[in-house]
Amino acid sequence: MLLLSSEFLQDFVDLIRERYPDLLRATGQHLILSAVALALGVLVAVPIGMLLAHHPVKWARSGVFGVANIFQTIPSLALLALLIPLFGIGTTPAILALFLYSLMPILRNTYTGFRSVDPAILESARGMGYGAAQRLMRIQFPLAFPYIMSGIRVTTVYIISWATLATLIGAGGLGQLIVSGIGVNKEELVVAGAAAAIILALLADGLLGGIERRVARRAHPKAASK
Amino acid sequence: MIVFTGVKKQYDDGFQALRNIDLEIKEGEITVLIGPSGCGKTTTMKLINRLIQPTGGTIRIQGRDIASLNPVELRRQIGYVIQNIGLFPHMTIAKNVGVVPRLLKWEKARVERRVDELLNLVGLNPDIYRNRYPSELSGGQQQRIGVIRALAADPDIILMDEPFSALDPISREQLQDELIRLQQELRKTIVFVTHDMDEALKIADTIVLMKDGEIVQADRPERILRHPANDFVKSFIGKKRLQSAEAGPAVPELAPTVDDVMVEQPATAFPNRGLAEAVKLMERRRVDTLLIVDKNNKLHGTVSIYNVLDQYAEENKTVADVMKPVEHTVPSGTPLAFALQLMSAKQLSNLAVVGEDNRFVGLITRGSVVRHMADLYASGKDGGDAHASAVV
Repeated sequence: MLLLSSEFLQDFVDLIRERYPDLLRATGQHLILSAVALALGVLVAVPIGMLLAHHPVKWARSGVFGVANIFQTIPSLALLALLIPLFGIGTTPAILALFLYSLMPILRNTYTGFRSVDPAILESARGMGYGAAQRLMRIQFPLAFPYIMSGIRVTTVYIISWATLATLIGAGGLGQLIVSGIGVNKEELVVAGAAAAIILALLADGLLGGIERRVARRAHPKAASK
Repeated sequence: MIVFTGVKKQYDDGFQALRNIDLEIKEGEITVLIGPSGCGKTTTMKLINRLIQPTGGTIRIQGRDIASLNPVELRRQIGYVIQNIGLFPHMTIAKNVGVVPRLLKWEKARVERRVDELLNLVGLNPDIYRNRYPSELSGGQQQRIGVIRALAADPDIILMDEPFSALDPISREQLQDELIRLQQELRKTIVFVTHDMDEALKIADTIVLMKDGEIVQADRPERILRHPANDFVKSFIGKKRLQSAEAGPAVPELAPTVDDVMVEQPATAFPNRGLAEAVKLMERRRVDTLLIVDKNNKLHGTVSIYNVLDQYAEENKTVADVMKPVEHTVPSGTPLAFALQLMSAKQLSNLAVVGEDNRFVGLITRGSVVRHMADLYASGKDGGDAHASAVV
């Protein structure tokens, strides 16, 4: 109803025309917040997942998964609030919060991916004279890659969506448009912020999917064409 | 030569996998380790490339104690084939075969040459298979790749851990034949683990029979068949039952040739097999005659159970010594009618079909002719099934 009214459409077009520099800046901030958090998440969670899969020590695994799970279950608003006394407000605590959220899905997928490699294949690699590091990088990693990638894709979409809350602790981003839109009762501002976040998430997912398919086509031509 | 001296293996939980193994594995031979599951045969094999460390004793390869060698480098000098094939699914066939040469840092062109050479060796056209992935190959083809991958860096020693046990009976027999053929040329030291006595008898130069972490008997197949060390060995040889399925009946055609009717996988044996082995093979295949065929598939003669039993007491004789030459053969593609006339005129119970250079391709037996006719009759007329099954 709201979207269909011609008055709203007019307001929306005017808004885009007048404030597109703001919109671009907010999108840029949003992108940086999400990308930095995701990159940190990958850098931390992938190696930990590999390590856990490689040395199946039960208490370490349940410990790490437990901690990551706790981060996952803290309500996002509460997590942001909790970080303020520790890191103040602004970009740093926002990135930290998003990073903590990204850990669990990436970790779990990496772990599953590495565990899914057929032990017969690893045994045969060992028997033919692959060293431990060579086995990891040339056999396990390529075979676990599709799992890791799907973890990263899911996380990316979540992070871009959650990053809209970062504005509440002064980190800017598209959430800023949405919150101020609510404040001044301008629906077109809310819609513009939300739409930009959605488009950003779709583009990021599409890009990662493309990378995944390219790599997968090289690795498993048959599976990719299915 | 690989020498085990007083080798023991005890696991942390106290299980004694190997008690006291003294064993010499001779160079250029196929040594088959066999025994019931849990007897320590796989453990013994994995000690050789240090996938398992012994808790006592020494293992020497060409006089060098392998405990002093770097395990990763040692493994690159020893070919390794496992039961579940273990091809890397994310690598092409060429990459898979070239794994060890690449680990050894061979030049790229040299690796490629070697890969093509090996694919040709097992009859897989490099232009077709080089860039395929393992999942695109049949089980038998995959294990051929597994075998040539182990040969890639031309190691002196090859370890094979039940390599053919996951294959269907026909592929298994083909791969066993190919292994024997390859071994005639390559003369590697092969350590082969199996639980299948028929396989052991077929391929082994030496059989090492194990039980409960100890060697019960290690000897030539012929000697083990003739002089089993104890009741365990006897029961292990005897309890094995017929495993291989006969090839199915040929597809009927209107003007049949001998190729439609012949049995493609009749019981054959290499000329150097001993007489006891021949008897064992006849028993297993339920036939009274063996065709003697060499590694190039050339037909040398036939041996009937009577030829064998006449001279059975002479332990050193092989089937080549007692075989009869083949008097009548027909070339591949001959019309069946001609072959039947020949069989009828000469009172032959069977007739070999040969290709170029006297290569053996199949055998027409009275049974195969009847089977063929039964098929034609059953498919040609409604209600013919009852007659057909009565005939068969």
